[in-house]
Amino acid sequence: MNGVHDMGGMHGMGPIEHDKDEPVFHAPWEARIYALTRAVRAGGGRQNLDNSRYRLERLPPAEYLRMSYYERWAARLINQLIENGVATREEIESGTPAAGSPKADAALTADMVPAMVTRRNSARRDAAVTPRFKVGQRVRARNINPTGHTRLPRYARGKAGVIVRDHGVFLFPDTNAEFLGEKPQHVYSVRFTARELWGAQASSRDFIHLDMWDDYLDRA
Amino acid sequence: MVTDDDAVGRRGFMKSAAATAASMATAAAGTPVGHAHEPHDHDHDHQAIPSDLNLRVKALESLLVEKGLVDRAALDAIVDTYETKIGPRNGARVVARAWADPGYKKRLMTDATAAIAELGYTGGQGEDMVVLENTPKVHNLVVCTLCSCYPWPILGLPPVWYKSAPYRSRAVIDPRGVLREFGLELPDEVEVRVWDSTAELRYLVLPERPPGSEQMTEEQLAGLVTRDSMVGVARVSAAGAGS
Repeated sequence: MNGVHDMGGMHGMGPIEHDKDEPVFHAPWEARIYALTRAVRAGGGRQNLDNSRYRLERLPPAEYLRMSYYERWAARLINQLIENGVATREEIESGTPAAGSPKADAALTADMVPAMVTRRNSARRDAAVTPRFKVGQRVRARNINPTGHTRLPRYARGKAGVIVRDHGVFLFPDTNAEFLGEKPQHVYSVRFTARELWGAQASSRDFIHLDMWDDYLDRA
Repeated sequence: MVTDDDAVGRRGFMKSAAATAASMATAAAGTPVGHAHEPHDHDHDHQAIPSDLNLRVKALESLLVEKGLVDRAALDAIVDTYETKIGPRNGARVVARAWADPGYKKRLMTDATAAIAELGYTGGQGEDMVVLENTPKVHNLVVCTLCSCYPWPILGLPPVWYKSAPYRSRAVIDPRGVLREFGLELPDEVEVRVWDSTAELRYLVLPERPPGSEQMTEEQLAGLVTRDSMVGVARVSAAGAGS
């Protein structure tokens, strides 16, 4: 979707606020919302990483820009709990389960955390899929404007680049985000000149690399 | 890929999402919400945090604990892990090893995921790693314009600036200006390569080993390596460190 999350190349966002020694979490609630999100994810259900990103993208644009990173996580978790029928808005407002609501057993206990954080959960797929392109080949990013989730940023659409690496086969986020299947396919590192993306004022010594799925590319 | 029915459903959902998001950000009746809802006259990416978020998140946690969906000790363990165990010191050890051991560096450049796992670093958001080597002629810079993808197992959770709109929007269109803002002025002849983390590959910049570090042990070298240098917004310096 052409949302405000797709920020590459936008102007007017202001200077970068760099803090060399910032804490991991800036307030207790940030730490808790991070941990709650990870713990709820560990419980499984109708969710995946792409869907999780898609949930952030669907926050109302003005809210998305106003909110801090972990506020977005809080809004996403609440939306997910309500939409998946895990909790009602009333329960979330009150902090108390409705009378007679069922009690579960937590999917994640403290002793399981070390294994959870080191577990690999790769989007790589061991599927025999023929690559459509080869390293060194010139390609053009498709000019597509899907209303759903996509990892093809607007700034690269319609632009030509060169395949510099074939990363192998990965599931396809555009379908996976909406539980429409994994559609495994090759992902490539595609190198674009800054001038192709941004015009003649860009430095001829700047290059932008994007990781792109077969379905995002055509032969140039 | 979205049908009309879905679109209608989504509009309905968006309304509830907006209401929820707004309620997350709105203090309890009668309590001011700081300047969260004032017009956006900020000149930077600072976002005011509503004062009652601590309370609201506490209520959410209580609810999920009472429902038996989460375990408080597990939450504590997750927080402790990312506050004290998984952070940029991990990546610094990878970099120091690569500087000190040419065989390791070769493995790191060929199969980064396996070489990083040799040091015990694996896990979510680090499943498929790629290492980018900075040289006198090439400078690499990592960004995620679409969200905030970052190699958690070796760098920990990303800093605010990395997740901010200014960095995400400008790193791809004005990388040299961004680097200048971080205090790094690159000569024109240096090639800049920006890596937008649009897929599930996660990138670690291997900074140049600084002059003056020739006699240092691997441990001392690791002490020089900063988080910023592994994202590509800084160089590593031997001055004032490792002593």
